Amino acid sequence: MNSPNTAASPSIDRPAPSAGHPLLPLLFLIPACSVIGAFVIYPALKAIGLSFTNFNMIREAEFVGLANYLQLWHDPFFWAALKNTLIYMVVVVPELVIAPIFLAVLVNRHLPGITFIRAAIYLPVITSLVISGLIWKWVYEEQGILNYVLLTTGITDNPVAFLTDPANALLSVMAVTIWAGMGYYMVIYLAGLQSIPRELYEVAEVEGISRWQQTIYITIPLLKPSMAVVSVMSSIAAMKVFEEVYVMTQGGPMDSTKTLVYYIYESAFVEFEMGYAAAIGVVLFVLTLALSLINLRFLRAR
Amino acid sequence: MRADSSKTRRTDRQALPPWPELLWRYAAIALVLVVAVGPFLWLLSTSLKSASENIFAYPPVFLPESLTLDNFWRVLDSQPFMRYLANSTIVAALSVFLNLLFASLAAYPLARMQWRGRNLVFGVLLASMMIPFQLLMIPVYELAISLGLQNTYLGLVLPHACTAFGVFFMRQAFLSIPLAIEEAAIMDGVPRWKIWLFVMLPLVKPSLATLAVFSFIAVWGDFLWPLIIIDQPQLFTLPLGVNRLASTFSLDWRLVAAGAIFSLLPILLFFAFTQRYFIEGAMRGAVKG
Repeated sequence: MNSPNTAASPSIDRPAPSAGHPLLPLLFLIPACSVIGAFVIYPALKAIGLSFTNFNMIREAEFVGLANYLQLWHDPFFWAALKNTLIYMVVVVPELVIAPIFLAVLVNRHLPGITFIRAAIYLPVITSLVISGLIWKWVYEEQGILNYVLLTTGITDNPVAFLTDPANALLSVMAVTIWAGMGYYMVIYLAGLQSIPRELYEVAEVEGISRWQQTIYITIPLLKPSMAVVSVMSSIAAMKVFEEVYVMTQGGPMDSTKTLVYYIYESAFVEFEMGYAAAIGVVLFVLTLALSLINLRFLRAR
Repeated sequence: MRADSSKTRRTDRQALPPWPELLWRYAAIALVLVVAVGPFLWLLSTSLKSASENIFAYPPVFLPESLTLDNFWRVLDSQPFMRYLANSTIVAALSVFLNLLFASLAAYPLARMQWRGRNLVFGVLLASMMIPFQLLMIPVYELAISLGLQNTYLGLVLPHACTAFGVFFMRQAFLSIPLAIEEAAIMDGVPRWKIWLFVMLPLVKPSLATLAVFSFIAVWGDFLWPLIIIDQPQLFTLPLGVNRLASTFSLDWRLVAAGAIFSLLPILLFFAFTQRYFIEGAMRGAVKG
């Protein structure tokens, strides 16, 4: 155990050298494990525990059994938030899985200025969501630039109330999430595109298959692994939408943009019903977990 | 044969497409850029318009009548934006440094040593990546309050100080280095910590750079955690500062735009210099999922 030199003769797939002293790995692991233990694992268990209490930062937490979960069941705001979050996913995820493929195909070609173009498309990704939200709030103004474009091109006859009409608000916020995520997923697909053998396209070219058909029948099927990754990442991100909502609508108008995470924030840090908020958090956790598992299985099976 | 095909591939990719394709590609790209970058330019234009110019003019005016930096001076005069910038920089620098240090320390025995419990520790770390911060934030808030971390830099930094993703990412980096390099050093009796510091770390520099860039973006743009743990403006980071500006000056979009542009500049500069790591990182992050 104490002699690291025993595995002296090299072999092709030999295991990593032994640790030497048994406590040595521990020393390397202590800082990371204490941070992750204190700020992830312990709070995760604590949060599940809190969800069975009436904790509110002021009084001692009392065990209340399933009361918070029963309250959730009868809470119209919770159902509205859950519904909004699910709508969010159903709209945003397919958009973010499919559209960036075409974007990647578009810029996956040597053209003058292509590096700059890719970087420009990536710009919304590095912008903090608070700023993205503000930018779009300004673009969405009743007398703003987007309404001007829509009116002059004749797409609408009256200015659209993007963020103040409950019928539009959720879609308008979703558009920002899509805008902010597009470049990131484009880069993932660019990586996927690099792994497709060029020869396939050359053969297709000889066979007289059009560019468009090549994209549909060669590129997209071979991008399946990247699509799996993107759908998991984008659906988890959609479950956790917060900043856009906070900056643009504060969950309104009439709760039409209240998402699960916004509701957690509101319950915990505006209403100070921490136990209740923790219960919503547990629901969120279960949903994200289920989602990743379903997504992965579904896409692996293909 | 292999060299040959890769050569033809390269020349093929560097050749310009025929002009009809060139045309539609650039047309499509122009459209994409209008959507991706247009909103930023509109914000910039608004921030440069003088108080006498109607920002709601119809039709909208893209180029300000007279360019002015007044809005920026007014924001800097009335709000401690320089302070916000300093706060953001301190918090991001500390978080990134600690994340790189802790993650590459922890990743080393996970990748390069045999010991009992290794798979268990790695499994727990992997599982912890699945837990959303939004579930954790209430207990973490409570913990931070009880540790006296409210309204402190440490409070902002600690939850970012080590991410399981970072450990995972660095473990992959260490795994890709041939064992022989390390074995030679072990045979010579060099202690493992020296091997980690002088042999392994220099070999994973590109991964460290990628991780640095990614954690920087995450911390720099973080909003939810600072929103909860900080309520004193002198400790605000830029996103909190811009949010405060927007809620106090919501009637004057020139000022909001100026504040937003001000907070965008540092990250743009950072992006300009580290761009290739973003692309590489997103690509490698993607391979791992």
